[in-house]
Amino acid sequence: MHRVYLDNNATTPILPEVFDAMRPYFGERFGNASSIHHHGQETRAAVENARDAVAELLGCSATEVVFTSGGTEGDNLAISGLIARGDHVITSSIEHHAALHACTHLQELGCEVTVLPVDGRCRVDPGDVRRALRPTTRLISVMMANNETGVLQPVEEIGKIAAEAGVLFHTDAVQAAGKVPIDVKRIGCHALTISGHKIHAPQGTGALFVKKGTQLRPMFHGGRHERSRRPGTENVPGIVALGQAARVASAALARGDDHKMAAMRDRLQTGILAHVDEAHVNGDGAERVPNTANIRFDHIEGEALVIALDLKGLAVSTGAACSSGAIEPSHVLVAMGLSSDQARSSIRFSLGKQTVEEDIDFALGLLPETVAHLRALSPRYRKQTVSS
Amino acid sequence: MLNNETIAVAMSGGVDSSTVAAMLRAEGDNVIGLTMQLWNQRRLAGREGMPESVQGRCCSLDDVYDARRVAQQIGIPYYVVNHEERFERDVVLPFVQEYLSGRTPIPCSLCNNHLKFNQLLLVAQQIGAERIATGHYARVAYDEGSSRWQLKRPADLSKDQTYFLFGLTQEQLSRTLFPLGDMTKPQVRELARQHGLALAEKPDSQEICFVPGGDYKRFIDAYLAEQGEALPDTAGELVTTSGEVIGEHTGIHNFTVGQRKGLGVATGSPLYVIQISGANKQVIVGGDEHLYSRTLRAKRVNLISVADLQEPMRVTVKIRHRHEPAAAVIERSGDDEILVTFDEPQRAITPGQAAVFYGGEVVVGGGWIV
Repeated sequence: MHRVYLDNNATTPILPEVFDAMRPYFGERFGNASSIHHHGQETRAAVENARDAVAELLGCSATEVVFTSGGTEGDNLAISGLIARGDHVITSSIEHHAALHACTHLQELGCEVTVLPVDGRCRVDPGDVRRALRPTTRLISVMMANNETGVLQPVEEIGKIAAEAGVLFHTDAVQAAGKVPIDVKRIGCHALTISGHKIHAPQGTGALFVKKGTQLRPMFHGGRHERSRRPGTENVPGIVALGQAARVASAALARGDDHKMAAMRDRLQTGILAHVDEAHVNGDGAERVPNTANIRFDHIEGEALVIALDLKGLAVSTGAACSSGAIEPSHVLVAMGLSSDQARSSIRFSLGKQTVEEDIDFALGLLPETVAHLRALSPRYRKQTVSS
Repeated sequence: MLNNETIAVAMSGGVDSSTVAAMLRAEGDNVIGLTMQLWNQRRLAGREGMPESVQGRCCSLDDVYDARRVAQQIGIPYYVVNHEERFERDVVLPFVQEYLSGRTPIPCSLCNNHLKFNQLLLVAQQIGAERIATGHYARVAYDEGSSRWQLKRPADLSKDQTYFLFGLTQEQLSRTLFPLGDMTKPQVRELARQHGLALAEKPDSQEICFVPGGDYKRFIDAYLAEQGEALPDTAGELVTTSGEVIGEHTGIHNFTVGQRKGLGVATGSPLYVIQISGANKQVIVGGDEHLYSRTLRAKRVNLISVADLQEPMRVTVKIRHRHEPAAAVIERSGDDEILVTFDEPQRAITPGQAAVFYGGEVVVGGGWIV
């Protein structure tokens, strides 16, 4: 079966050049990067080269980059590492569960958490951030780009508010990295999370930017790796891959590839809206990362649509998967003001660096007939067309 | 069997539905495995005495894991679909309400009617499968003579699940396969072994899927507490069949017709719950002889083998799952009501249960006992 993958916000394929960069580190260059002998020296060099590449992508210095196992660890490390018992934390209702749960977990440590709402376009209002500040506020954690809608958040404004208030600012940039330029100085954040498998590096890799001078309590205790911020023998092949992926991302952004990506996404979006009735873009009108389109198709179950499309070879997604694998209604869409039904009718398309025009054609070929088939079977749709 | 047709198999993680999936796949059909996520087992964990962790219940993580592994093993696409809202609305809530009204509900029939053969069938069609197959022990066949789809008892009567399937419509039956209908349970397990399914020896689940351990009273307490509601006060009097008040009870949902234990009164001879009156919160108790009745009325009737009941019909009738079908005559007694008159008095006819009518092995239809 011909398969087209449009679920890159869930994960991305490892690019050939990234895999090539990793290869030597599976076999010939296998040393523990902390060993003092030749084998350790050569992998240490590779790790530090990768660190430079990530620093370049984020606009920071190499010493401010901590390698992690991914976005979830990065969010947890930042959030639990920057606060103390009794602190107040401000976050948003659209954060990824990794950040959201890391914040609510803090409540068990006597911390208070304010969860800010978003508007109908999935945007946090910086004014709300300012108004939520208290004398006990220690940390603001607001993501840079939302994973479900792709909507970009006003992180630079929030950074300014944090600076004025003398409060720390962490941003989960997992869905922004590689899609839009990131400059941690411009943003004004003290910590920033990225994840390797969202930028064409393997799963199980990632990095956390920690601004120089910021005290971070580590989650792991052990060796002195990553300047004691994240002990554990380095995943050399993974880190090398992350570094290469970062290089590829930086070069792509410099070339303006993100505009080409946006054009493909826009063609998909426009095509769907033109050929499928009662379809709407969630987050329409807000600035988004160039690869994401979250579209709701009224009067159908998004879950059934995702399955029907999968059986025809097109991979997309909706909501978040729970531990049984069933889909739960998206807390992000509900936070934006969508009704439960509307949230359940929405699916997310997300492009990757490997996506080609033919993939868009394939999706545009499938969507209208599949949605029509579902609507024909949907009691809600029939009821509503009869009454109109 | 029906090559090139796509069939969705409702997989519970049990040996029956897993074997069905393996069978159909081996016969060359396009098979898709589906599990419905119906109830979050962790939702009431720890409340009001409910167990902290739940295993081995339908739709528990272990069961989904088992179903998924079978799907992976036999090489079919597998999806878990979320129908929690609907299940709560159409099965759990009525379950609680029925008990609080003094009736004994059958959630499995409601689940079949509203979820398994309604919602799941819809999902199957939406994803391109015209029919579903389940691991139920039952048989379905088209009868040319009457031009109707028939539901019949299976070969293994000890596993007969037709009692819970009386609500199926012609449309639903036309789209359903019961591949295990001609097999016995031991044969199914053997077939599972032949297909190399590790869960061939997995024990059957006997209880209500959302009530771990079978303690429905604890479930009702926990559910209402979670909803922020107090258990309604249905405490009242224990009354004899002649109207004499002999004691008190703490809530009508603690009782079911025919119950002997938990009455809290001791008399010379055994006392049983004869009737529960939701309206005045009375539990009427009496001797064994009061438990017998020759008639019952069934409402919200669904007829399967016939389109309508215009004349009285001789059938056999089950009044609960574990009951030997008893000879009776059924006849229309109202707009949506059937009167059942048994040849012999039957014990503990329970409002809320179903009366299912059989013509030999054919399910004539059924209704809810009022």
